[in-house]
Amino acid sequence: MPTIVIIGAGPAGMRAAETISRAGLVPILIDEAPRAGGQGYRTPASGISIDTHKLMGSQSKKYQQLHHDFLSIVSSIDYRPETLVWAIENNTLFTLSHNTIATIQFDCLIVASGATDRVYPMPGWTLPGVFTLGGMQLSLKDQGCAIGKKVVLFGSSPLLPLVALQYKNLGVEIAAICDTTGFAGKISALPSMVFSPGTFLRGLSYLASLTLSRTPLFFGVKPLSIEGDHRVRGIRFLTGSGQEKWIECDGVGLGYGLKPETQIADLAGAVFEPDEDLGLWLPRMDQDGRAGKNLYLAGDGAAIGGADAAEASGKLAALAALSSLGVYCDAKQQTRLQNTVRRLRAFQRGLARAFAPPQQFAETLADETVICRCEAIHAGTIRKALALSHTPPEMNRVKAITRCGMGRCQGRMCAPALQAMIIHHANQSLAQTGRLRGQAPIKPIPLSAAGETAP
Amino acid sequence: MDKQALLHRVVSRQGSIVPFTFDGETLEGYSGETILTAILCERAVLRQLEFSTEMRAGFCLMAACQDCWVWTRDGLRLRACSTPLSHGLDLLSTPPIMSEA
Repeated sequence: MPTIVIIGAGPAGMRAAETISRAGLVPILIDEAPRAGGQGYRTPASGISIDTHKLMGSQSKKYQQLHHDFLSIVSSIDYRPETLVWAIENNTLFTLSHNTIATIQFDCLIVASGATDRVYPMPGWTLPGVFTLGGMQLSLKDQGCAIGKKVVLFGSSPLLPLVALQYKNLGVEIAAICDTTGFAGKISALPSMVFSPGTFLRGLSYLASLTLSRTPLFFGVKPLSIEGDHRVRGIRFLTGSGQEKWIECDGVGLGYGLKPETQIADLAGAVFEPDEDLGLWLPRMDQDGRAGKNLYLAGDGAAIGGADAAEASGKLAALAALSSLGVYCDAKQQTRLQNTVRRLRAFQRGLARAFAPPQQFAETLADETVICRCEAIHAGTIRKALALSHTPPEMNRVKAITRCGMGRCQGRMCAPALQAMIIHHANQSLAQTGRLRGQAPIKPIPLSAAGETAP
Repeated sequence: MDKQALLHRVVSRQGSIVPFTFDGETLEGYSGETILTAILCERAVLRQLEFSTEMRAGFCLMAACQDCWVWTRDGLRLRACSTPLSHGLDLLSTPPIMSEA
C-alpha cells in the first residue's frame, strides 16, 4: 500500500485524511499541535467552559461538522499529533516528537501547513502585552484568557471586528479598533466580494454591533508607537484626519492579514512565484493543488482562502493524490471542488486588497524600531546596509549582512517588513527582491534529540 | 520582575491546580494549560532578551515566533506557548548556565 502523508491537522489536513481514509487507504496525518483543528477551528483545552457555539457564531456548524466527521475516521488513520516535521530530503520526512527524532518514507505528500499573522513592526511592538491578532484570539479560544483588561486591536484585517466582539462578549473592554486602511479601499474591493456575499455581510454585521455598542473605531490610521516600561501602557497613532491620538490600554493585538507557512512546501521542492498584488511569494500549483511530483498543497498554507476553502482544497488535493495512485475518483466532485476553491480564494484576494498591508510605513519607520525580534535588528541597521549595497538588494543578501531574518523564527515575523523596506529603498518589484529561502530545521530542535533516533 | 499578571482568565476552568516554580518563586496553574498561560496569569514577563535588558512575553502564541522560550533548571528549553504545565516544573526565565553566571 502506498504511504500518503498529510502534514497539518487543520481543516484542510483533516478533510484530506478523511477523503483518503474513505477510499480505503490509511494516511499518516502529522500535526505539531496536540489537538486537531488548526488555529481557527482548534478545540479548547479540556476543562475550559467556553461556549464555542457562541464564540464561533455563524461558523459554529461547520466547526462542529468538521470535528464530528474527523472523529468518525480518526481511529482508522495513523494520526500523529505533537509531531514536528523539521526537514525533508528526497522522499523522507524527519520528525521530532517528545524529544525523539524519526524518519518517514512517503510515496505521496499533502502539505496543509496553515498560516500565521502577517505583522508589520512599529516602535514598542516587542513589549510584553503585544500579541498577534491570531494569538490574541487563540489565547481566548484555547486557554480562556484575555491579553488584557483594556485592549486595542490594530492593523488591517477583516478579523479586527470579529476578535473585538469575541473579547467584548466575555467582558473585556475594547479601548479602540484601529484599521490602517480606509473605507475607500474597502468599497473599491467590493466587486470581488460578490463571490461570497455571506462572508461580506457577516463582516458588516460585526462592525454594526461594535458601532452600536460605541466601541471607538478608527479608519485610515497611521501607527506611531506602542509605549510602556517593560509592558504595554498605551498606543499612539495618527487618525485618518492626521490628529495624534493616545489611547491607554494594557494589551494590543496586531495583525495585517495572514501569510502562508510555506517552509515545508519549500523543502519539498515547490516552485515559488511572486504575487505582486498580495506582496507574497506563493507556491506554484495547478487547480487541484499539485505542486510537484507526488506533492500536493492545500489550505491557507498554499493560498489564503479561509476555512471553507481549506476544507474543499484538502478534499481536492486528496482526490488528486488518489487518482494519481490509480484510485477511481468522481470527476464531477473534483470539478465542483475546483470551482468552490477558486471562488473562495478570489473572495479572499478581494479582502486582501481591501485590507492591504501598509507597505508605505517602511519609509517612515524610525531607525530605532526593532524589525527582527529574534536578533534585535533595528530599521536603521537595515537602512545602512541597503545604502552600502552596490547591486540591487535581495532578501537573502540583506539577511546575511544584517542578520535580520536569521534568528530562531527564520524570518516568519520580520520578512514582510524587511521585504517592504527593500522594495521601498530600491524601488523594485517583489520578483527582484526575492524571498527568504526555507532551511532545515524549519523550527529550532534540541541537539540532544539527535542522539535519540527512534528505531 | 513585574508581578502584575499580563493575561486574565475570563472563562472558568475545571481541573487540578498544580504548583510550579518560576525563577525560584512558587506559583500555581492548571495542569495541562500552557506554561505561557500559567506564568503570564501571575507575571508580566517570560524572559529577558539575550541582547539587551528588553523583556519578552511571547507574541504569536502559535508556535511560530519562538519568542516565549523558558528553561527548566536542568537545561531543557521549552516553548512556553505550546508546552503543557505539569506538577512541580522548575522553570527559569534565562538558561541555567546564564543565571548561574
